[in-house]
Amino acid sequence: MSVADLVRPYGDTTGDGRVQVSFTLPVPGTSAAERALAEAAALQLAGKMGLSPAMVVHAKPIGPSFTFFIVYGQVNHLVDLSAVEVPSREFDLLSPAEVNLRIRTALGRKLVVVGATVGTDAHTVGIDAILNVKGHAGEKGLEYYREIRVVNMGAQVPVSALVARAAAERADAVLVSQVVTQRDAHLTNARELGVAFRDAPEFAGSRRPLLVVGGPRFDPSAAASLGVDKVFGRATTPGEVASYLVHALAPAGAAS
Amino acid sequence: MKSKLNLDPEKVRLARQLARRAGEPVTQLARTHTTTSIERAVLRLGGLDGADADGMPWVNRVVDAVREATGLEYGVALPVWDAMVSGGYPDLRTLAEQAAAGQVKFRLPAGSEAMAAREQAVRSVERGVAIIDGQRALRTRMIAGLADPPYPWIYLIVATGDIYEDIPQAQAAAREGADVIAVIRSTGQSLLDYVPEGATREGYAGTYATRENFRLMRAALDDTSRELGRYVRLTNYASGLCMPEIASLAGLERLDMMLNDCMYGIIFRDINPVRTFIDQRFSRQVHARAGIVINTGEDNYLTTADAVDAAHTVVVSQLLNEYFAVEAGLETWQLGLGHAFEINPAVPDSFLLELAHAQLVRELFPGAPLKYMPPTKHMTGNVFAGYLLDAFFNLCGLMTDQSILLVGMMTEGIHTPFLSDRDLALENVRYVRSAAGRLGMSFQPDAFVVERAHRVLDEAVGLLRRIGTDGLLAAIGDGTFGVTKRPPDGGRGLDGVIARADGYFNPVSKLLGDGPVEADPMAEVLGGEPE
Repeated sequence: MSVADLVRPYGDTTGDGRVQVSFTLPVPGTSAAERALAEAAALQLAGKMGLSPAMVVHAKPIGPSFTFFIVYGQVNHLVDLSAVEVPSREFDLLSPAEVNLRIRTALGRKLVVVGATVGTDAHTVGIDAILNVKGHAGEKGLEYYREIRVVNMGAQVPVSALVARAAAERADAVLVSQVVTQRDAHLTNARELGVAFRDAPEFAGSRRPLLVVGGPRFDPSAAASLGVDKVFGRATTPGEVASYLVHALAPAGAAS
Repeated sequence: MKSKLNLDPEKVRLARQLARRAGEPVTQLARTHTTTSIERAVLRLGGLDGADADGMPWVNRVVDAVREATGLEYGVALPVWDAMVSGGYPDLRTLAEQAAAGQVKFRLPAGSEAMAAREQAVRSVERGVAIIDGQRALRTRMIAGLADPPYPWIYLIVATGDIYEDIPQAQAAAREGADVIAVIRSTGQSLLDYVPEGATREGYAGTYATRENFRLMRAALDDTSRELGRYVRLTNYASGLCMPEIASLAGLERLDMMLNDCMYGIIFRDINPVRTFIDQRFSRQVHARAGIVINTGEDNYLTTADAVDAAHTVVVSQLLNEYFAVEAGLETWQLGLGHAFEINPAVPDSFLLELAHAQLVRELFPGAPLKYMPPTKHMTGNVFAGYLLDAFFNLCGLMTDQSILLVGMMTEGIHTPFLSDRDLALENVRYVRSAAGRLGMSFQPDAFVVERAHRVLDEAVGLLRRIGTDGLLAAIGDGTFGVTKRPPDGGRGLDGVIARADGYFNPVSKLLGDGPVEADPMAEVLGGEPE
């Protein structure tokens, strides 16, 4: 650790530690007395957040029972850059344009994805959020990517039908979403998927598609035990899935 | 309204003629087909409500049973009301329970029995349509007794997933100045082939559209309207596989505006194109009757396609939406045609381009309550830049006299809005409106803006010509809209499309005036014969 590794926020002078925050408290702020109490409460919160000194520069009632604040203050915390750990990621997050370029460069054709929910699970929310153009969490779905061809088979697809379709479409990847978790149905179904693709005569002698499963109750570290290549847990976005697909199927530096 | 762009009226007329030419074959398709959801809507208007123990609506159970017994080529009404007459059931619900248990033998009646069934069917759906008429009259009375806010209406969204959380948020938003409340639906509801029942407290990034949720929210906003002395409108989404049913429920529960686009479900939800066009025609007939303002979804195209390159596809879609809407009986004041402020702010003159597009749409559809959507694609997480961009959106909307302003959130794309986000957004609108609300009157577009508007119109006419030659379904299959290809035989819901047989009977369509083709509904808009 050296002094150069120690940083704190920069307002307009090195080391001044100045930051701004805004928040709403469920406290009325209409009358003068209410406002005084609300501002004092905001300052106390700022102090507990490590802002000292702190100043309420804006307080505005929102309706009869809330008050909005903007607070400036000085944080006295230090960050030691030499001790900062960057979480390592298995793959880089790419923009749709980067994903498309990687596919063009590495494959020289469209990447084919077949998606479905299998077994008795009728919930298409997950697979549709990842595949439909409309997308999810502010990101467009895989259909939006020019270099990805999406076949969405919908809900309650038998695993055998999924295998056959994946073979017919020459799928590079198969995406399966599972929402229902009664009696661990999601795990049973994922294992069945792994086995079916492993034993499918359609893929005897050729490489089977990349198997990706996802759903809110999956443990992302369970891929190997389920016999699939990748497991996504809750709050996965289409961009993460697309980035993973090119990481696995269209690696940087490869050319078609 | 005096034209600021000096658009050539002949070219505008040509654009409308081409839109009609592109749309007519699709209308013909809708006139000769029905869908499972249209038939379910008939039963809903006939008074059938509720769901079985698994939550599957009775209307689904009955339509499935009839489809299995007689097919749906003649419609669901003849077999159902024939069974009512001959079986002596006290009500549709009892019939539905018996049908689900396999105890009803549906048949296609003939002769006097068919006449009796028809008569009963019409009598039943007349009661449903009378409720819609009553709700429309009540809306008119409430607006007359309170006040109707002036344009632009301020449109705000709530989306907690829990109707009982949505209600206080919606009421708070109305008190803060919202004129229109939209309750966003649970993600993926458009792909459910049934309408969930009852009040719901859990949803994915939105709240399920159900009849009971509609009723609860409308009742709450009625209270707030009386409190505020102005009528607060309620919006939901008539889209997806159950579009005709949701339109019917909206009419029954006095929703005021409905998202209802002719192509949105096709492009963005991969719903079968044929299914969508058939469903939307019926939905629009119901909306016409219910006095509901539709909102179209052209803003969505610009979230996938580039807002400059694809500007003309927005105009083309608006002209198609107008043709389909007027053909289905909607009046101009009901056409909330959509568009959006989505040009990349890094593009030079981006604001001038936005002005050109917005003014063009205003002048093409002078009587329509245009719905203008805020930036979403270029909201980056920099909330400060986002707040500025939203202010420019508000300014553009006011300068070009847009009718419905969806209020932009500076935290768009980060999280569902905080209470304070909504408050700051309304502060933004209030400031721009008070500072520059009259700027529209004195604003004179310069040559750059005028030329841009003319160019977009020219490109729209060119594209409409191509669609007229290739066919609208082929154009959708080619990826003309939203850069997404949707072939006519692809997507969800095609299995719910049925060609009508010669004796097809639909008591609702009959009541909504869908008789043989009479006068040209577009005559007034076009002002003359097609070339």
